[in-house]
Amino acid sequence: MTAKMQKNFVLEVEGLTVSFDGFKAVNDFSFYVEEEEIRVIIGPNGAGKTTVLDLICGKTKATEGAIRFRGRDLTKMNEHTIVHTGVGRKFQNPSIYEDLTVFENLEISYPKGRSVIGALAFKRNKKVIEAVNDIAETIFLADCLDKTAGLLSHGQKQWLEIGMLLIQNPDLLMLDEPVAGMSVAERKQTADLLNRITKGRAVIVIEHDMQFVEDIAHRVTVMHQGKTLSEGSMDRVKNDPKVVEVYLGH
Amino acid sequence: MFSEYTSSELVSIFAMQGFAGLILFSVFVLMALGLAIIFGQMGVINMAHGEFMILGAYMTYLTSNIFSNYLPGFYGIYFFIAMIVAFLAAGSLGALMEFSIIRHLYKRPLDTLLATWGISLIMQQTFRSVFGAREVGVTIPDWMMGSVPLTEMVEIPINGIFVMCLTVVISVSVYFLMYKSRFGGQVRAVVQNRPMAGAVGINTEKVDRVTFGLGCGIAGVAGSAFTMIGSTGPTAGQLYIVDTFLVVVFGGASSLLGTIASAFTISQAQSTMEFFLSGSMAKVLTLLTVVIILMLRPQGLFSLKIRK
Amino acid sequence: MSIQSIREFMPKNNLVYFLCLALLIFVVFPLSMDIFRLNLIGKYLTYAFVAIGLVLCWGYGGILSLGQGVFFGLGGYCMAMFLKLESSDPESTKIQSTPGIPDFMDWNQITELPWFWEPFYSFPFTLLAILLVPSIFAYIIGVAMFKRRVGGVYFAIITQAIASILTILIIGQQGYTGGVNGITDLRTLLGWNIRTDSAKYILYFVNGVLLFICLLVAQFIRKSKLGRLLLAMREREDRVRFSGYDVSNFKIFIFCVAAAFSAIGGAMFTLQVGFMSPSFVGIVPSIEMVIFCAVGGRLSIFGAVYGTLLVNWAKTTFSESFPELWLFAMGALFISVVMAFPSGLAGLYKSKVEPWLIQTYTNIKRYYLERNGTRPAESGETL
Repeated sequence: MTAKMQKNFVLEVEGLTVSFDGFKAVNDFSFYVEEEEIRVIIGPNGAGKTTVLDLICGKTKATEGAIRFRGRDLTKMNEHTIVHTGVGRKFQNPSIYEDLTVFENLEISYPKGRSVIGALAFKRNKKVIEAVNDIAETIFLADCLDKTAGLLSHGQKQWLEIGMLLIQNPDLLMLDEPVAGMSVAERKQTADLLNRITKGRAVIVIEHDMQFVEDIAHRVTVMHQGKTLSEGSMDRVKNDPKVVEVYLGH
Repeated sequence: MFSEYTSSELVSIFAMQGFAGLILFSVFVLMALGLAIIFGQMGVINMAHGEFMILGAYMTYLTSNIFSNYLPGFYGIYFFIAMIVAFLAAGSLGALMEFSIIRHLYKRPLDTLLATWGISLIMQQTFRSVFGAREVGVTIPDWMMGSVPLTEMVEIPINGIFVMCLTVVISVSVYFLMYKSRFGGQVRAVVQNRPMAGAVGINTEKVDRVTFGLGCGIAGVAGSAFTMIGSTGPTAGQLYIVDTFLVVVFGGASSLLGTIASAFTISQAQSTMEFFLSGSMAKVLTLLTVVIILMLRPQGLFSLKIRK
Repeated sequence: MSIQSIREFMPKNNLVYFLCLALLIFVVFPLSMDIFRLNLIGKYLTYAFVAIGLVLCWGYGGILSLGQGVFFGLGGYCMAMFLKLESSDPESTKIQSTPGIPDFMDWNQITELPWFWEPFYSFPFTLLAILLVPSIFAYIIGVAMFKRRVGGVYFAIITQAIASILTILIIGQQGYTGGVNGITDLRTLLGWNIRTDSAKYILYFVNGVLLFICLLVAQFIRKSKLGRLLLAMREREDRVRFSGYDVSNFKIFIFCVAAAFSAIGGAMFTLQVGFMSPSFVGIVPSIEMVIFCAVGGRLSIFGAVYGTLLVNWAKTTFSESFPELWLFAMGALFISVVMAFPSGLAGLYKSKVEPWLIQTYTNIKRYYLERNGTRPAESGETL
């Protein structure tokens, strides 16, 4: 514990608990994410993985416990302020604006003109266009900028949503099942993408695909019934008998 | 505003107004139960709900006319037949409406609101064309006339008691139907997870149609009860629709017990205030209070925190 | 403003729409109609203000308000109060038991002007009140509802309840509001008789100009990032929220804009029609205003104007010749617009008329170019 305290953590979650009418979806859960770390959370369905992300990004309010991001307490902030402090979150199903073009999707996520007046006065200037082009390059969608987002393949939509987060340059990126519905080649590409974008930021990923987890994870947290079951490198976790029993075994 | 009354007068006033409130409560509950089933369970806003109630009222009026013309000897029991007729007429029209219009709009709740408003306009005009623009009333059978004296100053009309008993019976049956029967289980299964309910062999389309019909049918019965305490006109239903929606929303849309509790609160508040203020101010204050409470507690008074 | 940002604000085809509508309102209608019909069109156009507001707040923002009549009424009543005070000077009301107060107050045994009527002696205050009273009211509703994430169907019901409350209040407090008859018998605006034909012409054009100002404001909002944000919010509210936007502020803003538009419409209604009554405030008129917008196409500010004109014209025609059929027609309209034409007239135009127009335009261009001996470039640039 003391060793942990001395390190410089991006995110510290301590004693996090949330109860829905008595049912504790997350129960006294703690974990710590370091700079430039890719942390993967795995666990059976209903283990509370998505709820943890909901709690960090403010979608759900914690019943108990603390969430500190770069020393700031997130539990009392509302969602958009949490985003402003540098937390980005991708949802389980690709959540993009299907009626708008890829360009517009990225433009809306560009972190300028976030107030009502700002949005009215917002201009599509060179800087914005460059930023959008840059990100489109990174997420393999440079050719699709003018395409309506609804027409993208499932995998491309996932990338687009990641791109919408990247354009805000968050310090902590949280991805809920980013490779669901992707082909093997796309998964590989996504793994490369994630390994590239950790420069200067930490990433938390929820994923079921073990191959993908092995490709990206620096450390793995296994959740079960709202608690940490095991934590450590992929190799250690894989061989933990408790984990094998509840999750990997079947 | 209480100063000019003695305390025993005040007690009597509250008792009388309370009872008047109970009749309003009965109409609210019957209207709201149907609406709560449709809105709470299916998420559909039925703006024509008031018109389904009036359909039931007109059916009751027709039945009473048939009885008084052809079966005057049995006039005492016409009401029970009328209730069944009202239920069937409103229910089957509701099911037909679900089949032809509503089921295409389940994904667009705001549009159902507009479409059902259109239906309500058509129904109003139909009533006007068929039954005339003037309000009609039924003759209440003898055994329902008169009142029971409770104290010197408080008298309770028998038809009021009857309507209340009816409300209790219907509420209890709806409760059993929705929470204890197989059908109710199916409805709730469809509400919670439509694809899964379909996968385990529930005919979800049929459940929708029957639920919708049931809700409209209960509105029809509400119309029957309505004839006991008011006269029926083509646009009478519209007067109740907003109040009823507030009752449902105030109670927490998915809770039948909440609906009943909120109908009680709203009707009692309105009726008690009516004595001391003018009728319109009482209504304004009641509605305003409900709206403000809903702004503070949008999930309604009786809903649970759920995991989404 | 650079050329590019003007292009962004007003693409070529939108400019054509603007010009067509301007031609219709400022040239075709005044030239082809007598003053009675033109005044009627002017009245219809006051509803178009509401419909444009609804395009922004319902079509773009996904917020269906069934209480826009409230704002229309508030605007209209503010104007009516000013006009009523002007026509209730002690000289012309000397037969009353209390001269100098509006006639309906006198009928209701009120002997002193209520405090909230006092400021409406001032014309500048009235103009401000027309815009601010409804906007502030909308702001309060908006903050209460949107900050608590109330939306969709719940919002629709609450706004409807508010419309109902306001109607009951106006009718119930007839000493202060004129009751069910409303505020009637309005004659002059700053000494200018608004009942003459020439005044009606002038008011019609003022109304038209105000309508175009609102259209331009709406176009600006629609084409700004805020317009795209509204569309994005309608589709994925959570995604917008977790992209760092305070979603409720945008909803409150657009709801206030819609309220202000409606209020301008209401004030112009009072001026052109000469009275204001609770029958333009309640549930029924409020829902009818939604259908104007839906018929026009809920995403098209121009459609809203055409839809309003069409439905009201139909209403007048039907009610004159077959009054009993009107409700049937109106009901059928509600159902068919929702079921068969969810994008309204604007949708029909986009899918049927515009391709035809483009085709014709290309054909004519090709014909002329071929006659002049040059091969046309591929029809890249069109209307």
